[in-house]
Amino acid sequence: MTNTWVDLKNADVILVDGSNCAENHPASMTWINKAKDDRGAKLIVVDPRFTRTASQADLYVAIRSGTDIPFFGGMIKYLIDKQLIQKEYVLHYTNAANVIDPGFKGPADLDGLFSGFVDDDGDGFGKYDQSTWKYQLDDKGNPLRDETLKNPLCVFQVMKRHYARYTLKTVSGITGCPPDKLEAAYKLFASTGARNKSGTILYAMGQTQHTVGSQNVRCMAMIQLLLGNMGVPGGGVNALRGESNVQGSTDQGILAHLVPGYIGIPRAGDHPTLAAYNEKETPKTGYWSNKPKFMVSLLKAWWGDHATAENQFAYDYLPKVESPANHYWMSLFEDMYAGKIQGLWLMGQNPAVSGPNSRMEREALKKLKWMVVQELFDTETCSFWRAPGVKPADVKTEVFILPAADAMEKEGSIVTSGRLIQWRSKVADAPGMALPDHQILNLIYLKLKALYAAAPGPFADPIVHLNWDYGKELSVEKVAQELNGYATAAIKDPQGNILASKGDTLKSFALLQADGTTACGCWIYGGYFAPADDGTGKMMPATKRRGQKDPGGLGMYPFWAFAWPANRRIIYNRCSADPNGKPWSEDKKLIWWDETQKKWVGYDVPDFAVTKAPSDPGGKDPFIMRVDGRGGLFASLNEGPLPEHYEPLETPVAKNPFSSRLHNPAIKIWKTDQGKSIGDNVGKTDKFPIVATTYRVVEHWQAGGMSRWLDWLTECQPEMFVEMSKELATERGIGNGDRVRISSARGEITAVAVVTARFKPFNVEGKTVHQVGMPWHFGWGGLATGDVANDLTPHVGDANTMIPEYKAFLVNIKKA
Amino acid sequence: MARKAMLIDESKCTACRGCQVACKQWNELTGWEYSKTVNTGSYENPPRLTPQTWTRIKFTEYDSRQGFRWLFLKEGCMHCGEAACVDVCPTKALKKQADGRVTVEPDLCNGCGYCSQFCPFGIPKLEVASVITGQAKASKCTFCQDRTDNGLSPSCVKTCPAQALFWGDRDKMIAAGKKRVETLKTRGFAAVNLYGEEVVGGLGRLYVLIEKPETYGLPADPQYPAMAMMWQNVIQPLGKIAIGGTVLGTFVAWLIIRRNIKMEEVE
Repeated sequence: MTNTWVDLKNADVILVDGSNCAENHPASMTWINKAKDDRGAKLIVVDPRFTRTASQADLYVAIRSGTDIPFFGGMIKYLIDKQLIQKEYVLHYTNAANVIDPGFKGPADLDGLFSGFVDDDGDGFGKYDQSTWKYQLDDKGNPLRDETLKNPLCVFQVMKRHYARYTLKTVSGITGCPPDKLEAAYKLFASTGARNKSGTILYAMGQTQHTVGSQNVRCMAMIQLLLGNMGVPGGGVNALRGESNVQGSTDQGILAHLVPGYIGIPRAGDHPTLAAYNEKETPKTGYWSNKPKFMVSLLKAWWGDHATAENQFAYDYLPKVESPANHYWMSLFEDMYAGKIQGLWLMGQNPAVSGPNSRMEREALKKLKWMVVQELFDTETCSFWRAPGVKPADVKTEVFILPAADAMEKEGSIVTSGRLIQWRSKVADAPGMALPDHQILNLIYLKLKALYAAAPGPFADPIVHLNWDYGKELSVEKVAQELNGYATAAIKDPQGNILASKGDTLKSFALLQADGTTACGCWIYGGYFAPADDGTGKMMPATKRRGQKDPGGLGMYPFWAFAWPANRRIIYNRCSADPNGKPWSEDKKLIWWDETQKKWVGYDVPDFAVTKAPSDPGGKDPFIMRVDGRGGLFASLNEGPLPEHYEPLETPVAKNPFSSRLHNPAIKIWKTDQGKSIGDNVGKTDKFPIVATTYRVVEHWQAGGMSRWLDWLTECQPEMFVEMSKELATERGIGNGDRVRISSARGEITAVAVVTARFKPFNVEGKTVHQVGMPWHFGWGGLATGDVANDLTPHVGDANTMIPEYKAFLVNIKKA
Repeated sequence: MARKAMLIDESKCTACRGCQVACKQWNELTGWEYSKTVNTGSYENPPRLTPQTWTRIKFTEYDSRQGFRWLFLKEGCMHCGEAACVDVCPTKALKKQADGRVTVEPDLCNGCGYCSQFCPFGIPKLEVASVITGQAKASKCTFCQDRTDNGLSPSCVKTCPAQALFWGDRDKMIAAGKKRVETLKTRGFAAVNLYGEEVVGGLGRLYVLIEKPETYGLPADPQYPAMAMMWQNVIQPLGKIAIGGTVLGTFVAWLIIRRNIKMEEVE
């Protein structure tokens, strides 16, 4: 989230698109209700089905799965045509005025493609040469700007032409949403463009789990920039994370292309030395120009005294990925299926149920030599070798199950969607021999180190020299101090004053150095474990604070725990003040420039150099993490710098109304074992005419590993089901509660039919399109069992993040 | 002592069922192992209140004049001001507390089932523990007696993330409910109403409903059952005299067992 959970109370309009927050994030309703009660806020819910969140909506808008870009593109056109944008904000805080390279062409010119498309094999999918997707520069190297916004090559005009095609009629046709509903939503959300109003957008996997997932998110960012809703109380683009600590694990570099703190993983070839890495990966301007400090401090945290200036801070110890690398989920399972991977170590993951095309992924597990699972229960993944229809004797994989402690059975910090790092105490002992995951890893490492020390192999140093000193019983606090960062030698300012002594826990990442005098396991956490005041004068590690003071009454609660970065609750908050440093309105006053103190003051930690005045050079450029300091209306992703509509890989539509490109041209297509019973098969409407989507319900958790074994929760939602409209049920002779078969090109499952008015057929360009939905919680294990929804979903993902397209695919349904 | 009540704002309920699970957790009631629920084409489960399910959410899909609605109702004992169950209970297992809560002492319950039959809302349910002896116990929401006795709110109120549940002095709950009704009227909820202020001696469970009570399946005008009065004043005293006769006593006991088993079968 750019903002916080509590901050939802400051919104005047809450737009929920691609999230069912009342179910999957019930605590959100505390603050949404507060906004409704205290401010008369309105709630818009956009979803293919009428959810429990929709039951609370002032305006419910149904769109077909996979058509968010037309929905948002239509809104962008509406805002521009009706002149409802926050013009001063757009002019100063975004790249609207920047002038684009004359070689750049967009989908309006190139029939659905941007300039630079390279399709080597002619299959319609390829990569972009992005060299024309850039600004024109002046002789000093700064972007050329036209503040009249009239230059036909300025971002504003390019964007305006791009979305001119997203007319109400076309958008209505492709989304299946009546134009009056679209217009009502656009009008209501546009009201937040006023200076004294703000609107927030909440999203989750409903936006991201598409082949255009990243561009869906870009749309929301663009709209929030156009309306001046970014960086202000009650605004922002707010990703509601799917698990209680998934934000924390992302921060720790759990994604295949990152190391902790959102630093790109070094690639062999591209980055043979640390100097080469720093040279290629460090921008000249913006806050990321400090990247070498973060990288060196990370290496110091990992290899301690063995990381020295002489050995490039042990850069050679760091494993590198090849270039280009693709080790995301589906790629891993494709490699596993091809027999390229011998072993798999899982911690709290249940891919036998959660992976896309899960029949294929379960086949892949059979090709492993060994698998280790750290788990609470005997999940479907633990016992994939005895799944229904599998002969255990046929499976050669050796499976080890390490009983793990539950979240309540260990101490440590967890990070909310709002980047709030909160320390939690252990409340109960784990049963039997179950251990916290960190202790399991600690024991494994200590054993590995002993083995390597006893019989060093060809490259034992990275293991033996690892700076791993957390005790035999791992001290979570020692880990926390390392993540926070500490001084390995005294740090002095240019005048020679000591800023931190050797061993000090650093108060801020601003103290990090590139010379090896600091160590830090995750730079963005800088200060979270340093002693801080809880608002009553009592000092404690910042993350442990529970101070309840709320200066300004906006719900920033600066003394409660610690929000990364720098205890900032709303990022980009320089935007909450106008270019001259005055709040846009008294009601939404967050930070402002105090001319007498010559600094930025207010209720949140400024996301800006504290003493940089609005009149200083760059004093009006609020997005400090960006090279040009401005919000990107035009910003490059793999499939283009402006979101363009493409249909899901499996679509009920024969033609894209915006171009002759039906699918995202930059996605990766796997073709493993196509045509076989288990393979990367793709369905068409002739056999699979119905759109399907998957989701979670409040009663269960993810792949069910933590809920299907619980008596009270299983009772509430005991069986696999599929929800469908009354119209579809009538067409197929299906009664409410009947058992039905749902098939896709990948498999077939059975489920109970829930026939409901909450699903309605869509009228897509004059044709009736049915949509159904299924929870993906069920499997053959646990108390109450059911078929695996992901047996139906395709192995295809977003062109940037590779997140699977779980939210839109094709099925057929018959009475069982 | 001021009468207590729970205010349930159904306009805010999202049917997350945190209340349903928190109730089971606090009161140590069983779930699927006992109920073996199945999906019958709805999210609603368990299908009814039982001695192991004291509160649950009822789901109703409704096409109102203002558009489609998905309505949620948190069911449970209404803690009536004039509690027929208390009046007909022969063993005083059901009691009216000074603050209006209707509580149950399972040790005193003989499983006669009168409470269930005379409740205008059909709330208390019997569980037959043994088919041979027919031993049964009635059970229902007590407003978490052990919590509320100690000044805490019931566990469902404590857990509600939508903050749709409130606990406090009944007059304050009524005032808050009325205020909420007025607010919702200004937001276009034409049928919004406060349910339970006057009926059956005034309910201890008050609802803000955005549609008519009948739409949620609640009786529009619940009545204290006339037969309960008769039962209490005439039949029970007669019964006590008759119990002097062993034969008759055994016969009555047998009748109760038969009836309990039948009730279980019907459910």
